[in-house]
Amino acid sequence: MNITLRVWRQKGRGDEGRMVTYKVEDVSQDMSFLEMLDVLNEKLTLAGEDPVAFDHDCREGICGACGVVINGVAHGPETTTTCQLHMRSFKDGDVIDVEPWRAKAFPVIKDLVVDRGAFDRIIQAGGYISAPTGTAPDAHANPIPKADADRAFDAATCIGCGACVAACPNASGMLFTAAKVTHLGMLPQGQPERAARVVKMVNQHDEEDFGGCTNIGECAAVCPKGIPLDTISQLNKDLLGALASGKL
Amino acid sequence: MANSTLTKQRSTAFKSTVALKSAMAVTGGILVLFLIVHMYGNLMIFGGQEVFDEYSHHIRVIGEPMLPPEGALWIIRIVLLASVLIHAYAAFTLWARARRARPAGQRYQTRRKPVQQTYASRTMRWGGVILALFVIYHILHLTTNNIAPGGASDSPYERVVNGFQIWWVLLTYLIAMIAVGFHLRHGIWSATQTLGANKASRQRVLNITATAIALVITVGFLIPPFSVFFGLVS
Repeated sequence: MNITLRVWRQKGRGDEGRMVTYKVEDVSQDMSFLEMLDVLNEKLTLAGEDPVAFDHDCREGICGACGVVINGVAHGPETTTTCQLHMRSFKDGDVIDVEPWRAKAFPVIKDLVVDRGAFDRIIQAGGYISAPTGTAPDAHANPIPKADADRAFDAATCIGCGACVAACPNASGMLFTAAKVTHLGMLPQGQPERAARVVKMVNQHDEEDFGGCTNIGECAAVCPKGIPLDTISQLNKDLLGALASGKL
Repeated sequence: MANSTLTKQRSTAFKSTVALKSAMAVTGGILVLFLIVHMYGNLMIFGGQEVFDEYSHHIRVIGEPMLPPEGALWIIRIVLLASVLIHAYAAFTLWARARRARPAGQRYQTRRKPVQQTYASRTMRWGGVILALFVIYHILHLTTNNIAPGGASDSPYERVVNGFQIWWVLLTYLIAMIAVGFHLRHGIWSATQTLGANKASRQRVLNITATAIALVITVGFLIPPFSVFFGLVS
């Protein structure tokens, strides 16, 4: 199949960027979206041009490194990561728009690569447990009800790709923050720091200049890991509880 | 931020986006309760002029002689006004924040395709502004009677009947009530989620409830004006 790509090109931080049109020919339906970009980049390199920069690592949908907005949808038309999106989701002759995540908290470094350090700083603020080191505790030492364990696990599958921010009309990072708050909040190990964690993480989220959540739900709809929207409700509940009790 | 004390963190969190949203949820809830009572009161128009005017008079003398004349009414008005102001303050603050979070120059070049968002959720902000303007018009029309299409009157019943016989008055109220319906449809659901009441197993029920309440309020408010227009109440 032959594809026309309109890709965001930007030389570096703070530079003016623009959409540039490229033709990619003989694309196989079995290629992933990133492999199609590889083909384009080989062509550009042979022609002596600068290849399109994009983030990627595992290419099997588990690391969270890749992610671009394709035709106006974060990670494109399938609910998965960009690396697991295949060209069979497109038709011969399609014009495909490719843009980076757009948010003040995610400045573009180059082309389609954005700096997601804001997410790291939210985790640094409280997305951890202060566990003692030593030998691993017995797996049965801490019984956890099945429903809680399942909910914690579902939330823990967040790979921090940033699609939630890209899709949100407010550029809010609340689904990401809520996933970690819910993950640790459902488990006994997360309890001692539960109130302080949610307060610190929400403050850091706001300080990074993410927008506020308006419960529109675009984040959960594009999330490749299916982090449910009710995690945000859990975060709100934990924060209001922490503010009311004052016991941090 | 990472090193500041927990006490300071707590006071910062009182100004967080989540706290602002919660303020919107609580004040919105007060306004929804008011709308339900208001809608119920409006339906008394079907009891005739005497019943409706007596209802309107009764609101002004609730609590007498414990409270001065219109005492209870003013307490309600102050609570409602405070709710509207807090609701609007939080809304504009979050609106400005959202604009800052994706500033000009960092917007998407291609139009983003909505994946599952509702029309109601997309129109909350401008819809809210339209509703605020409508409330001013509505108070000038039926409370203070400064705007008196069809003729002013001391009888609330006559104000209603005079006004809603005119097509454009009916039309402004129709548009406003549909806007109320959309605002409540997303607002009620959003408030439950914001106050921490949502769970995956409950999400569907909450959404259906929000739609049902929004529909009942919209239809309930529209019945009296349409009845006047079509001559069922005169």
